[in-house]
Amino acid sequence: MADGRLMEGRQMSSKPRIVITGLGLTAPNGNSLAEFRANLLAGKARIAVIDVRHMGKHPAGVCDFDATKWQKRKEIRNGTRVGSISIFCAREALGDSGLDWDKVDKSRVGVYLGITEHGNVETENEIHNISQFGNDTKYWTHHHNPRTVANNPAGEVTMNMGITGPHYTIGAACAAGNAGLIQAAQMLQLGEVDIAFAGGVSESIHTFGIFAGFKNQGALGAHEDPTKASRPFDKNRNGIVISEGGAIYVLERLDDALARGARIIAEIAGWCINSDATDAVLPNPERQTECVRMALRRAGMKPQDIQIVSTHATATALGDIQECTALRTVFTDCPDTKINNTKSFIGHCMGAAGALELAGNLPSFEDNWVHPTINIEELDPECAMPGLVINQPVKVAKVDAILNNSFGMLGINSALIVKKYGVA
Amino acid sequence: MTKDDIKQVVLDIIADIAPDEDLTAVKPEVRLRDQLSLDSMDFLDIVMELRKKHGIEVPEADYVQLASLDSCANYLLPKFEAKGK
Repeated sequence: MADGRLMEGRQMSSKPRIVITGLGLTAPNGNSLAEFRANLLAGKARIAVIDVRHMGKHPAGVCDFDATKWQKRKEIRNGTRVGSISIFCAREALGDSGLDWDKVDKSRVGVYLGITEHGNVETENEIHNISQFGNDTKYWTHHHNPRTVANNPAGEVTMNMGITGPHYTIGAACAAGNAGLIQAAQMLQLGEVDIAFAGGVSESIHTFGIFAGFKNQGALGAHEDPTKASRPFDKNRNGIVISEGGAIYVLERLDDALARGARIIAEIAGWCINSDATDAVLPNPERQTECVRMALRRAGMKPQDIQIVSTHATATALGDIQECTALRTVFTDCPDTKINNTKSFIGHCMGAAGALELAGNLPSFEDNWVHPTINIEELDPECAMPGLVINQPVKVAKVDAILNNSFGMLGINSALIVKKYGVA
Repeated sequence: MTKDDIKQVVLDIIADIAPDEDLTAVKPEVRLRDQLSLDSMDFLDIVMELRKKHGIEVPEADYVQLASLDSCANYLLPKFEAKGK
């Protein structure tokens, strides 16, 4: 039997190269990459205070994109919030890609969207709805099932855009954004599709259950100033700020992208998804270390080849320390590797987190700026890392490769490496 | 409640469930599906809203009675009257 690791390396190098040629997003602090990036470099967080059913006011990241830009009002009414997020992001990504949509064979297009969870919002809404009618289930909406099937966000995209290729979601807790991109890259390499819309999406702020769950776990972030509630690596961090959002990319095989003269934003260089197999909520730094190292190996890179590490850190007491432990293990003797975090600006966008956090760093390939992690008033010594970019952006000589970490409950770890196109 | 009142009740529901539709020139004698973009889920919405807002039950066998505004008015009038409306 062939050595598995040798096989992995050979598979990676012999398979088609996959590139990013389009991107659409909505984040709490921006509805385009340009707006999002400008706010990340300017240190502008945007976190609102919302009234959560049964729980009162809590900080949350709220997106303000115009859903009617790409949907009829009836579509919005009959669909889900995350469906609208997905359609907005996919449509914006299509525009960004320069694809001539009328000439695209829609049966060769796939939609692969990462989600942390789905269906909780609609289920909670209907439980509340029938509670107004003596819990009589004849008042339960007939829209419930199409809204709550797990493929809903991706399926809404296909209906809106007339895509007849495969679509489904990838349930991967908070590693989902990376998982969506990885799934798409794999399907492109297999030749299952020619174009993929992939990334991650979340509507989680509309379910009280996730707020209550984190609160009762002692992991729900709070601060009198909502924009400071999400503060990874800060000594006084106190938990997660829940946010909604989405980021969807257009992925293609490199040869196809070159043939149509596409603008290539970045190349997918390597990835890994593994599992802790230890605890449902407490991350395992050993497995995270293995995940990052495997992604590097598959990319044919050394830790020194990475200029930016986009951390997953969510501002929980233990989770941040665990990730820092893993990163210190991998990135020893890497003076040119910078480390940042996006959740300090926008909170935790759950299924969208990994995809959004990668997006905000992609312009670094062109401008060589590294956005910081903000809201650090007193750095937790246990989170100290030499390359951590604190509160202010830094200019670097070059950015050729970005490592994007995304981890999730039940011990799912994902590491995705993208590189500047044209760099060996 | 008159038949015209009931037609307005139905139009108000349609305005909510199909907000993109122009309802200013709906012909009462013409099937709603022939002049508006409504599907089976939308008619289920009409049934649900009649139930939630007015306490009116429309059995599945009678869904055909909701085909046009005129048929809605004819079918629903005794039900509204039975409710004392």
